[in-house]
Amino acid sequence: MTKQQANWSPYDNNGGSCVAIAGADYCVIAADTRMSTGYNILTREYSKITKLADKCMMASSGFQADVKALQKLLAARHLIYQHQHNKQMSCPAMAQLLSNTLYYKRFFPYYSFNVLGGLDSEGKGCVYTYDAVGSYERVGYSSQGSGSTLIMPFLDNQLKSPSPLLLPAQDAVTPLSESEAVDLVKTVFASATERDIYTGDKLEIVVVNAEGIRSEYMDLRKD
Amino acid sequence: MSKGMVDVPPKGGFSFDLCRRNDMLTQKGAKAPSYRKTGTTIVGLIFQDGVILGADTRATEGPIVCDKNCEKIHYMAPNIYCCGAGTAADTEAVTDMVSSQLQLHRYHTGRESRVVTALTLLKRHLFNYQGYVQAALVLGGVDVTGPHLHTIYPHGSTDTLPFATMGSGSLAAMSVFESKYKEGLTKDEGIKLVTEAICAGIFNDLGSGSNVDVCLITKGHKEYLRNHMLPNPRTYVSEKSYAFPKKIEVLLTKITPLKEKVEIIESSDAMEE
Repeated sequence: MTKQQANWSPYDNNGGSCVAIAGADYCVIAADTRMSTGYNILTREYSKITKLADKCMMASSGFQADVKALQKLLAARHLIYQHQHNKQMSCPAMAQLLSNTLYYKRFFPYYSFNVLGGLDSEGKGCVYTYDAVGSYERVGYSSQGSGSTLIMPFLDNQLKSPSPLLLPAQDAVTPLSESEAVDLVKTVFASATERDIYTGDKLEIVVVNAEGIRSEYMDLRKD
Repeated sequence: MSKGMVDVPPKGGFSFDLCRRNDMLTQKGAKAPSYRKTGTTIVGLIFQDGVILGADTRATEGPIVCDKNCEKIHYMAPNIYCCGAGTAADTEAVTDMVSSQLQLHRYHTGRESRVVTALTLLKRHLFNYQGYVQAALVLGGVDVTGPHLHTIYPHGSTDTLPFATMGSGSLAAMSVFESKYKEGLTKDEGIKLVTEAICAGIFNDLGSGSNVDVCLITKGHKEYLRNHMLPNPRTYVSEKSYAFPKKIEVLLTKITPLKEKVEIIESSDAMEE
């Protein structure tokens, strides 16, 4: 008599990919807009990017119900912070808050793979990458989601500094200009869409810089 | 005369010897190897002059597209073609095998192959393997008895239908057929309907995608329209070419010479003692 396995799971994976790239004075956050379950498409126009603070955006792939719950919690906590400190939360502060919120549910995690992007207190681009239970790190670029295994090696090739054994570790921001970074993101998503069935439909690109936040859309393959 | 075990030569067919071992391994937690499935949309319909078959061109390995433009409409005979969904190796192998058998049969009988012959050969083979050969097929062709269209399921059951769909995108394609199919379609109407059904699968099913292949068979004539429609071009090509700017850094160089060649001195009496 084999051990009975659970036949109901509280989780589902709605697919999708997210990317963020930090520049000297800007940050590019991008995600596709396809929401799927199994082999079916639920909608072609679902935004995975949300604004947490004035200069701080979060892109999340995974189980969108958990993502939605997480976004609401962070928005509420940010409002409390604003009441108590009379200012917006900085990106590094929000990054730590997100990590703590995720670890709080260490034994029933949010099935949410996040990438935080924005400007730090000095106005330089910053990107934070997370796992499902809150382990985080500030990096120059990152990708999460179903297409991340296809996207990350390409970003490593284009953006990663040469071997740290030969040269000292460089600043965690890319020397690319804003338009070059956007071009890179478009190329990366067009390629990931070719080979990942859960990525496609439309690409939403958000650029955060000193002037503010601007959004851009690009069509992806719909098959 | 030795009394040892006599090795019986294998009699052919599926060898079930390793099944107990595989079950034991899965119980211990070892993952079985995954197969490459074609996660597909395949369709067929009968129109006024014959049969039209259609298929998408995406092959998947789990969530990854491993072939963006594969061929799912297989040749069986000059007047018979077969679309395949399921495990790619199984559909290829089974259609190739029956295609050869049909050719030998044509030589033996001196006649054009009939669709029911292909049907029986396929279903006998699949039933024999009790569903382990995971091939779901849409078989269509025109012979002396007229146009025929059949579906064949992995366990060996068959249906004879005026229009049929199989694969993960079959529901999307069938919704198009059920709405728009009627008897006595013309060639252009038939091709248009098949293309619409495959496109429904391509855009609404994640296991299907890329291009539309169509195959039209009528009495004495066939048209294999490979990539009849390409509704999914790449959406963005950067003007800047993405070169590989970084050289591979050499971190350490160490040269180890191989052992010197050893000379063997040929001595003709060395072995003769």
